[in-house]
Amino acid sequence: MLAGDEDARLIAGGQTLVPMLAMRLARPARLIDILRLPELAGIREERGAVVVGATTRQAQAERDSVIRALVPMLARALPWVGHPPTRNRGTIGGSIANADPSAEIPLVAITLGAEIMLATKSGSRSMPADDFFVGAMQTAIDQGECVSAIRFPVWPHQRLGVGFLEISARRSDFAFVAVAAQVALDEDGCCIDVALGLGGVGERPLRLKVSSLVGIKLDAASVSEAVNRALAEVEATSDLHASAAYRRRVAVTLCTRALEQARADASDKSREGLR
Amino acid sequence: MKVELRINGVSRSTDVEPRKTLLDALRENFLLTGTRAGCEHGVCGACTVLIDDEPVRSCLMFAVQADGYEITTIEGLAPAPGELSVIQDAFCETHGLQCGYCTSGMILAAHALLQHTLTPTRDDIVEAISANICRCTGYGQIIEAVEFAAARLRIANTLRPVRDVDEPAAETK
Repeated sequence: MLAGDEDARLIAGGQTLVPMLAMRLARPARLIDILRLPELAGIREERGAVVVGATTRQAQAERDSVIRALVPMLARALPWVGHPPTRNRGTIGGSIANADPSAEIPLVAITLGAEIMLATKSGSRSMPADDFFVGAMQTAIDQGECVSAIRFPVWPHQRLGVGFLEISARRSDFAFVAVAAQVALDEDGCCIDVALGLGGVGERPLRLKVSSLVGIKLDAASVSEAVNRALAEVEATSDLHASAAYRRRVAVTLCTRALEQARADASDKSREGLR
Repeated sequence: MKVELRINGVSRSTDVEPRKTLLDALRENFLLTGTRAGCEHGVCGACTVLIDDEPVRSCLMFAVQADGYEITTIEGLAPAPGELSVIQDAFCETHGLQCGYCTSGMILAAHALLQHTLTPTRDDIVEAISANICRCTGYGQIIEAVEFAAARLRIANTLRPVRDVDEPAAETK
């Protein structure tokens, strides 16, 4: 149905599309409601990953015990997405397909290196989040395809910590800068693995290169050095809401704080699991 | 297009165009005008209703998408005609409203919060009403209203020792 009609649009939660319809920014001839298709919903554990169905409500994912335990970064990011009423309708897949540069769920997908699964006319295909997000509100999805699920990789480490921070004009408004961090520590508090992602600053979320932090303790000096080095190559956008220089300054601060938040979170994890 | 909706515990059916929002259907087809039309693009929260007990913006939903859910509007909260729910009464007591336009959305958001917890922190309350815009009160009295309602509901839900009727009420202040 979708493939046969160029003017058709999919609707799930409708929290972005319906405002666009109301403002006449989108005028599809036909809406296809996919919200109640059972094969697109649900959260399931797979080896090394958690697969979140595209039409899973954001509010449902936020409360889900599997996501909280295995993809804590997503659980931590979701309260920043919109407001409770929009999260009750808004879906995980909808936010991914919308690809807003300041959105939290695409940021988590990029930071963790999630896999975006698509339903196509002939079957299915999937691609890394890094290939999926092309630019602001632009994805590599083809006409007639639909995001079916997102596969978030699970880190196996016992001492795992996450940090998530953002700056916006009002609580839950579009972020000028959003930062997601995940850190795994060994028994002595040395960093085994780290991921840092940045949203709102460019056309799409970015994963920053901070691999220099692996193998050392995350002291303030080395974190600050790694963050500054990683951000040196990032181009920030300027718009009505914030200048590029402001975004860059905020990005440095938030990256540093998010890594510290993640480190502290990981340090708090009991070592009982290790011994 | 014919739809069957469960509104405030009653099944009702009506004919709507597929493009009609739930908000417009509630107001025009069912004459439930307590649900307000504000910005009509999902920003102000005036049109908040409860869908299966959770707050949702009725302007961002089409009426044809709402079948099979339990819809609660502000008209569905009062225990009986002419009476007020505890939360509605608390808004009156603490002057939690001025012009009243945002009030039905605020009260439904508060209602959903207090269904989950009767001991909300100030932050919980702020988060719960963060999706609703009020241009009169500055929010202070609204937060106070929700705290007041929570306190009253806590007392109402507390088990107290049964006292002998003849004994003087020693522990009442």
